[in-house]
Amino acid sequence: MALAQADVLAGLREIVEEVAGIPGASVELDKNFTEDLEVDSLSMVEVVVAAEERFGVKIPDEAVTDLVTVGDAVNFIVNAAK
Amino acid sequence: MSTRRVVVTGLGATTPLGGDVPTTWSALLAGTSGVRLLTEEWAQTIPVHFAARVAVEPSEAMERVEMRRLDRSEQFALIASREAWKDAGSPEIDKERLGVVIASGIGGVTTMLDQYDILREKGARFVSPHTVPMLMPNGPAANVGLELQAKAGVHTPVSACASGAEAIGYALEMIRSNRADIVVSGGVEAAIHAMPMSGFAAMKALSTRNEDPTRASRPYDVDRDGFVLGEGGGVLVLEEYEHARARGAKIYCEIAGQGLTSDGYHIAAPDPDGAGVQRALKFALRDAQLTTKDIVHLNAHATSTPAGDIAEANALRAALGADADHVAVSATKSMTGHLLGGAGAIESVFIVKTLQDRLAPPTINIDNLDPAVTVDVVRNKPRILPSGDIAALNDSFGFGGHNVVLVFKSL
Repeated sequence: MALAQADVLAGLREIVEEVAGIPGASVELDKNFTEDLEVDSLSMVEVVVAAEERFGVKIPDEAVTDLVTVGDAVNFIVNAAK
Repeated sequence: MSTRRVVVTGLGATTPLGGDVPTTWSALLAGTSGVRLLTEEWAQTIPVHFAARVAVEPSEAMERVEMRRLDRSEQFALIASREAWKDAGSPEIDKERLGVVIASGIGGVTTMLDQYDILREKGARFVSPHTVPMLMPNGPAANVGLELQAKAGVHTPVSACASGAEAIGYALEMIRSNRADIVVSGGVEAAIHAMPMSGFAAMKALSTRNEDPTRASRPYDVDRDGFVLGEGGGVLVLEEYEHARARGAKIYCEIAGQGLTSDGYHIAAPDPDGAGVQRALKFALRDAQLTTKDIVHLNAHATSTPAGDIAEANALRAALGADADHVAVSATKSMTGHLLGGAGAIESVFIVKTLQDRLAPPTINIDNLDPAVTVDVVRNKPRILPSGDIAALNDSFGFGGHNVVLVFKSL
């Protein structure tokens, strides 16, 4: 099932807000999860699991280290859903 | 040989009677019960349908995102510590001289059980990455230590229902031995859940007075039938006396000594001779350089179990002798329920308030005083304590045969 980038970003915003309390509006494609959004390593695990469930994709642990920015995560999810 | 004296400079609590110390203390003096029927569906499936939940949910004092990373016991610890720290005047201190000792009897048991449910229903992938920091018994102390950036040491003694008192005693020693100048100390518990309650019920330790919950916790009454599980916690800021004076801190009282022993008798039952309790009391008085003549008040462990209350009363009478006649004994679990690892901590908060106001809180629900009770119990309404120099005791006991007695004295 193909996913639109805008829909994935909207979904991620909700997840990050739920998990880390970061206002959705500040979750933008160029934001770095760790440095800009202060999503720590434990919370990142929660974001990944919630994203897997929401978008019906698998995000392997070895891929998570490459998801540095919100854009990285959006692209990974969009590609994984193709 | 210690010359470093230790005083109490801050108090905090969240209890079944209130979300802070002033509210809790007023309700306690008014003889209010914090026990209620549980509204959760599971409560009807176990033998005991009631407990003493905190009066103010943590969600009213904490942000949602912070809460979801904390076990309920950790939430209680942070809420009580924030109040205590503020009450102490948010002291400026070298963080290497600041310690935290906060106990819990059972730790993050609801996190453990909730995450186990998730493991079974959804699988390992869905178990929260916050699970371990939430369920570890040192979690409450660790979170408070992190928030205050305490670097002198963060500790968690575990001795079941004596844990909170043991934590305060540990904090006392940290300051006496010059490891720290201020230690935030206390105990918390958050174990109102079907599983631990079923376990206590299986031991026949809990009251089953389902038809009348507010009257269920009745220490020293002839018809007492077990304790009522409570939740919440209490925190005291302990501080080296000269340190407190130098910064012009408000000083409530001195914590003057502690006595610790163990029964070597049974894993859960009290030693009917109470020898361990008597020794702990004697050691505590010796440590405080006081005698039984100085004691005017005691906040008893008295959980409302048939065997425990009498064993304790007998031990107190034996240890205090004729001086027991001028010791006003309060059993505040009649109102708060039994906070397990939080009990000795909130009861120490109550003692500090008692010394401050010279008012011993009442014991409620004694319709017929058990004739076997050989101590002077404060019933129904508070009792005025003498002016002048006075001292008071807290005794706490835990499954495993742990006995802790703390001594507080007016300054």
